[in-house]
Amino acid sequence: MGYLILKRIAAAVPVVLVVATIVFFLLRLSPGDPAMVLAGDMASPQDVAEIRARLGLDRPLPVQYATWLGEMARGNFGVSILSKQPVLDLIRARLEPTFVLAFCAIVLTVLLAVPLGAIAAWYHNSWIDRVVMAMSVAGFSIPAFVIGYLLILGFSMSLDLFPSQGYVSPFDDPLAAARHLVLPSLTLAVVFMALIARVTRSSVLDVLGEDFVRTARAKGNVERRVLWRHALPNAAIPIITVIGVGVALLISGVVVTESVFNIPGVGLLTIDAILARDYPIVQGLILFFALVFVGVNLLIDIIYVVVDPRIRY
Amino acid sequence: MTAPAAAPDPILEVRDLTVSLPGGLDRANAVEGLGFDVHRRQIVCLVGESGSGKSVTAAAVMQLLPRRVLRVTGGTIRLEGRDLTAAGAAQMCRLRGNRMAMVFQEPLTALNPVMRIGTQIAEVLRIHRPDMAAAEVEARVLALMEDVRLPDPAALRRVYPHQISGGQRQRVMIAMALALEPALIIADEPTTALDVTTQAQILRLFRDLLTHHDSGVLLITHDFGVVADVADHVVVMRHGRMVESGPPGQVLTRPSHPYTRMLIDAVPRFRFRAAVPAAAAPALQVSNLQLTYRSRSFTGKKRETHALDDVSFTIDPGETLGIVGESGSGKTTLARCLLRFEMPDSGQIRFGGRDLAAASRRDLRDHRRRIQMVFQDPYKSLNPRRHVGQSLVEGPVHHGVPKREAAERAAGLLEMVGLGGDAMRRFPHEFSGGQRQRICIARALAMEPEIIVADEPVSALDVSVQAQVLELFEELRRRIGFSMLFITHDLRIASNICDRVGVMHRGRLVEIGRTEDIFRNPGHAYTRELLAAVPGGALGTAGER
Amino acid sequence: MALASAPPPSPARRLLATGAGLARSRTLVIGGGLLLLLVLLSLCASWVTATDPLQIRPRARLRAPDWTYLFGTDSLGRDVFSRVLHGGQVSLMVGLLSAALAAAVGTAVGLLAGISRLVDAVVMRVVDGLMAIPSLLLAVAIVSLVGPNLLSIVSAIAIAEVPRVTRLVRGVVLTVREEPYVRAAEGLGIPTPLLLVRHILPSCIAPLVVQTTHMIAAAILAEAVLGFLGVGFPPELPTWGNILAEGRPVFQRAPWTIVFPGLFLGATVLAVNILGDGLRDRLDPRLARTVKATP
Repeated sequence: MGYLILKRIAAAVPVVLVVATIVFFLLRLSPGDPAMVLAGDMASPQDVAEIRARLGLDRPLPVQYATWLGEMARGNFGVSILSKQPVLDLIRARLEPTFVLAFCAIVLTVLLAVPLGAIAAWYHNSWIDRVVMAMSVAGFSIPAFVIGYLLILGFSMSLDLFPSQGYVSPFDDPLAAARHLVLPSLTLAVVFMALIARVTRSSVLDVLGEDFVRTARAKGNVERRVLWRHALPNAAIPIITVIGVGVALLISGVVVTESVFNIPGVGLLTIDAILARDYPIVQGLILFFALVFVGVNLLIDIIYVVVDPRIRY
Repeated sequence: MTAPAAAPDPILEVRDLTVSLPGGLDRANAVEGLGFDVHRRQIVCLVGESGSGKSVTAAAVMQLLPRRVLRVTGGTIRLEGRDLTAAGAAQMCRLRGNRMAMVFQEPLTALNPVMRIGTQIAEVLRIHRPDMAAAEVEARVLALMEDVRLPDPAALRRVYPHQISGGQRQRVMIAMALALEPALIIADEPTTALDVTTQAQILRLFRDLLTHHDSGVLLITHDFGVVADVADHVVVMRHGRMVESGPPGQVLTRPSHPYTRMLIDAVPRFRFRAAVPAAAAPALQVSNLQLTYRSRSFTGKKRETHALDDVSFTIDPGETLGIVGESGSGKTTLARCLLRFEMPDSGQIRFGGRDLAAASRRDLRDHRRRIQMVFQDPYKSLNPRRHVGQSLVEGPVHHGVPKREAAERAAGLLEMVGLGGDAMRRFPHEFSGGQRQRICIARALAMEPEIIVADEPVSALDVSVQAQVLELFEELRRRIGFSMLFITHDLRIASNICDRVGVMHRGRLVEIGRTEDIFRNPGHAYTRELLAAVPGGALGTAGER
Repeated sequence: MALASAPPPSPARRLLATGAGLARSRTLVIGGGLLLLLVLLSLCASWVTATDPLQIRPRARLRAPDWTYLFGTDSLGRDVFSRVLHGGQVSLMVGLLSAALAAAVGTAVGLLAGISRLVDAVVMRVVDGLMAIPSLLLAVAIVSLVGPNLLSIVSAIAIAEVPRVTRLVRGVVLTVREEPYVRAAEGLGIPTPLLLVRHILPSCIAPLVVQTTHMIAAAILAEAVLGFLGVGFPPELPTWGNILAEGRPVFQRAPWTIVFPGLFLGATVLAVNILGDGLRDRLDPRLARTVKATP
């Protein structure tokens, strides 16, 4: 099993490398000098020269690439143009709200979307199925920020139940934090729930058509036990996979949600950096998000190795 | 074979059973007016071709019909006197697994892949005997595994279904069915997915179990060989109706209905061909072919599979060489190598003065015209989006035959394989399996090949259709005169069509020679094992007389 | 020689084909009809509403919706309804172009990857890398670096979708390649390019059509999000993204500036998605299996 886990980790390395390469070339998409882009509009000629020297931007492309990879590998993501702080510190300072928000959204999704999807599959083609599927398609179709504003309009402006802006750390004031988190987590979770409910439904449907479900019935299992004991454990594997892939969706959602609800997380940092054309931060963030994505999926791969006997042996 | 005990009350009593199909199909009922009994310690075989309604009958007894599609609309099914058609869902749950159990065709998919097999057997006990102590459950599981002759039950109950062989999986299914000594065990084609030697063992197991278990068995099969081996009573079905029934001695030897007779006649029997004198030069010469698949297993061990291990043989012009063996013996890999779909590691394939194993792409194109393949599954081997005519003309046109000529040739070939000329403009889905296989044969012949490689060309077809397609092969060979490499798992079929036969086992050609010599005096222990496992010994071997 | 007897139809499958066929066309009709209506509204914007989407009315600022201004007015007194309809023209075009670009590039790359092991090894690494970067972030970064114009926005949105198409097409090619009928054609000596076009590509069409429909929906959403975040088209051009972005600062006072454009956009994307689902149900035979699932 250890070997298998090592193998999965080894397989993740090239992905990170490719991401780094893409980010490297991304900056060269800009019509101007990459050093100018990285230094910002207000930079002095000395600043530009310093960056050029550090990243070897006056040398041939392969050398630049190697230098850049080296910098990244050492965790040196550069310095923000505006605040002059190291990018890594800036990201670290903003992590908490984002993780709390994402955590709530994932919990909401698993608690709501998985059972809804399973029930829809169980009552395939009934009105329950149709309602769940209709909600799922709608969840995909309405942009997250519109949902966010609708929630604000309903629960904050009309009913005054929850605050519409800002963030309170649950470590400082759990109650206020919870009140602040309800609307943003819902907003963030909608797309994710739509996705997971859909995938749960189709994979449970697939499994329900399998022969061993018929065997389970032939053994005298009652229908409820057929669903929970036999169908769901087998359907779980594609569901977990999609939760992993869906993290990308969640990250995009974080950017929008934090911007709507003014939550000072990594997402808001991204937008501020983009609008301020603070490219060292943007670079660092893309790498950071990609690493999170790869990490989560690596974790899921490892979970498989532990959970699925067909992979383990 | 023992006569059924004179038990007055049958455990299963089916009377006038009708299962209706939804409207818009070509017949109204999947099963119509069916009636039969199953007694204790008796094996009743329900025989029929695909679509005869035999599996629907099994599902109807278990009350596991797809709810919105098929419905029991008439008749009664009594299990130990209780009418199942009137039973509620809760009552059915109490009966299933408890008083009646089922064994399915494909044991790999019928077992839950993420549950240990011991747990799966124990589940039956847990459902129906919730107050049984854990130790008692465990002991019973071990006893059951012992009973179905699974090796090392203590260790085996902790593994998952994918870790054991197909035969062992089917034994697990049978152990599950036996767990609570049900009155009735329904086995739906329980040996169809297994190799012949395994099939023989499983059938023997069924027979043996009835000597010390009190159940009755309803065995569903398409194979009269199986019927001859195990049945106490036979029910023959066609299009949802019973054609005839009776003890096997009567039905198999003196069938009263022409359909039954046709089916029995279609069962392949050993029938050897007259010997042909050896030709001066072989059409194809394969020497020392070697192909090894290497994979690194998850534990880090290197795993090597010898798909082909030092395989050598020749085929004379106009000769049919059979390759027989069980699944995984390397038969199909051999075919793929001859067609160069796969590259052998080493060895030579000499054909038309060239070594194909080392042929360049350009040479290969010419080679591919002269050696053609007929595949196993006629439903997948024609492009569903193209007319039959397009499929037939495509190859020759590509090798420089003018379009008109290719079309004429194709029409002629379709005629020759027994299909009308209008078949050219129709799509594959408009044809039955047997017809499609005819089209595939015509497509291969359109290239005017010297050799045809046929990989299990009849095993996906019903027996009656099988016989027709085999006959077609014979006739075409007489008229056109190609050589053929005929791959099959069925020794009886091989004896009908092959001049010589080679026996493959784990990638090796363990023996090769004249079909009659090999089958009458097998030299290798594995060949003897294969021959002993051929079902239907009681049907007689017509050709030997 | 007698013809082989026809095999009996599989009753379950046939039933599903006819019974569910009706339900399937219903989703197609609903999705298609709704989409057609919304697209026509946008395309004929100048006839549907006489008001100029760009006209500023200082005295009619932040007017709530009424019969004159169906969706109200924005902070400059412009008619939101007219802006939404006219904005749809750009947004729908972006959706179509991005999806078409992604489908074309992805199919080409996927086909190549499906037939050449070397290309496959390289392409799949790049695809894995691209998929690890959240698509929105990539698009935002590209547009902000290159500058906002039709080409950059369309390409930025398309790049994020290309890996998905590539994977889809490659997967189909790898599966279909092993089908006996493709093997048979290969055995007839048909060269690889012809084999691809004639025997393999047709199997990709159905999943591609479905995927492309969903990509159109995703691209329309992406344009809106880009606009909303302030990195979309220049602000003077009415697009759904820009209209929503303009509503942001005044949302508390005039919710209609976001709610109505947002719902209109949502309805359009919804229609496209329903259409895609309908197409998938109709084109994807795998669904035929689901009948077995009903107990």
